Amino acid sequence: MADATLTRGRLSGARGAARRGGRRRSVRDAENVAGWLFVAPALIIIGLFVLLPILMALWVSITAWNGQGSPFTSSVEVVGLENYTRLFTEPGLAREDFMTSLRNNIYYVITVVPLQTALALGLAMIVNARLLKGKTFFRTAFYFPSVTSSVAISVVFLFIFANTGVINQLLGMFGVQGPAWFSDSRGVLHLLLSGLGIADIDNPPAALTEGGPFGLSWWEWLSGPSVAMCSIIALVVWTTSGTFMLMFLAALQNVPVSLEEAAMLDGANRWQRFKNVTLPALRPTLFLVLTLGLIGTWQVFDQIYVMSQGNPAKTTLTPAYLSYRTAFRDFDYGSGAAISFVLFLIIVVFTLLQRLLLRERGGRS
Amino acid sequence: MAGTHVRAVRRRGEVRTIAGTFAGYAVLVFFSLIFIYPFVVQVANSFKTEPEAAANPISPIPAEPTLDAYEKIFWATDLPTWLGNSVLVTVLVTLGRIFFDSLAGYALARLRFRGRGAVFATIIAVMAVPGVVLLIPKFLVLNQFGIYNSYTALIVPLLADAAGVFIMKQFFESIPPSVEEAARIDGAGTFRIFWSVVLPMARPALITLTILSFQGSWNELPHTLVAVQDPDLYTLPRGIADLVTGSLGVGTQYPLKLGAALLATIPVAIIFVIFQRYFVRGANEGVDKG
Repeated sequence: MADATLTRGRLSGARGAARRGGRRRSVRDAENVAGWLFVAPALIIIGLFVLLPILMALWVSITAWNGQGSPFTSSVEVVGLENYTRLFTEPGLAREDFMTSLRNNIYYVITVVPLQTALALGLAMIVNARLLKGKTFFRTAFYFPSVTSSVAISVVFLFIFANTGVINQLLGMFGVQGPAWFSDSRGVLHLLLSGLGIADIDNPPAALTEGGPFGLSWWEWLSGPSVAMCSIIALVVWTTSGTFMLMFLAALQNVPVSLEEAAMLDGANRWQRFKNVTLPALRPTLFLVLTLGLIGTWQVFDQIYVMSQGNPAKTTLTPAYLSYRTAFRDFDYGSGAAISFVLFLIIVVFTLLQRLLLRERGGRS
Repeated sequence: MAGTHVRAVRRRGEVRTIAGTFAGYAVLVFFSLIFIYPFVVQVANSFKTEPEAAANPISPIPAEPTLDAYEKIFWATDLPTWLGNSVLVTVLVTLGRIFFDSLAGYALARLRFRGRGAVFATIIAVMAVPGVVLLIPKFLVLNQFGIYNSYTALIVPLLADAAGVFIMKQFFESIPPSVEEAARIDGAGTFRIFWSVVLPMARPALITLTILSFQGSWNELPHTLVAVQDPDLYTLPRGIADLVTGSLGVGTQYPLKLGAALLATIPVAIIFVIFQRYFVRGANEGVDKG
């Protein structure tokens, strides 16, 4: 696609130069050629390795290609929308795995996004406090985890959450026996319901286990994130808060001091000042952080790959990891690609939402 | 009487601020520990023996410091190869992005060519494509071109990126065009103007782009998963990931894994300390994307 437009640009440039029209025209043609030559390398790379692949994957997602030979020959079986319907309407393992991964990712999103946003906002407010010294140091300390390799950090957290690791030894000091984090598939909502005596985790109520939407029982949908997923949630909140803290900091520095002082003179207490002065001023940034969080949390992959590979009992399986596994471990590239596109759609919705909000913000300021 | 009242209020206020400052510091120190201590644990345990790391992971000082883990890393794993590959990939990708992204960014900011709007719209659209959904698509292309499992597959797809083009375009638009006009009157060609007049003025943006590219390609895992399978072509994140997930069969060996992860972290840490303010700018540049 990029090539076609490129050639057209070159041709029209050459034609114009050949005609040797007025000086102005030849300058414009020269600019045309230069423009296309300048964008060509980047455009070709992006075209070949982002746009073309998406088209190829769209094709593969309606085939049963198993990785042998080329997917673009007539010997490859075309199955139409079957790879998609298997994810939603046909009972079977494919749907069960996909729905499980959606469930896991939903719990992951609704835990990580509020936690990282609250932590980032809290850290930004403390670092921004006027009377404190050493701001730069604290800012650096909180931001550093965001820039390091997700693989390297995952290794550290595997160690910290190991059976005899730092977390369990700390819990031990308070007389609490920590779980075997990465092999514990129990959902925290199940544990909570069990703890409150509402439902027994070992013997769930039949009303909830007997039916449910999309091949998972209500009981399975209501699991909450598993204990294993909680350690990954802890890691991600810890690494991403720093970046979002910087965004809040930048926004906080734009809140006029006079406004806060006026509120103080009016006798507003700290909570009232936060609620009525700071928070409204932060609203656009808050929306931005929330939507960036929503977009990012649906893409969790590296941490899953390194820490749990979807285990235990598929409770850390996410759509991104499932699509990878389906293609490269089960050699079912069609289903894997279909899962990718469903995930793509989910993320695009949040991206459009974010751009809409940004445009609104741009319109107002 | 009114005076004492005011003074009392002020004194109460002062006591409050002091208490507030103290509480503020307490909270900051608490969170600093949470954010820094994992790295302390990492460094300390990489110098411990395996039994000690298992028995006493919290202590920041190894009881009997040892270089065992590092000796094994360098003599018994392929980490030196991965390190070499990572350096190669990072250097080439960073150079490629600096050159290609700024070329394209300059054209989009300054040159009036037919189709510019469409090109820019494509760049904006591509920025919204999440990396993880490209795993299978990228593999398909690399496989189809017959470059799967090669340095070409590892490097070429990363040589330009939409976000970098966008950042450079934004920056070039902020430079006053008068400088270029002066050069044009002197008879300099478009590339000359770009190369010797505009690019040197773009230093801050280029540093931001360099840092983003360096950090991005040094830490990149998913792309290597679908581009190569030969362990000789692994980069550090890929090698360490396989070391940890056990496909290379090293067992628990936490000191070794932590040490390997530390080696992957150090270059980014050094760059981070030197260029901190550019990192901060890069993070906030993300805000304006889109």
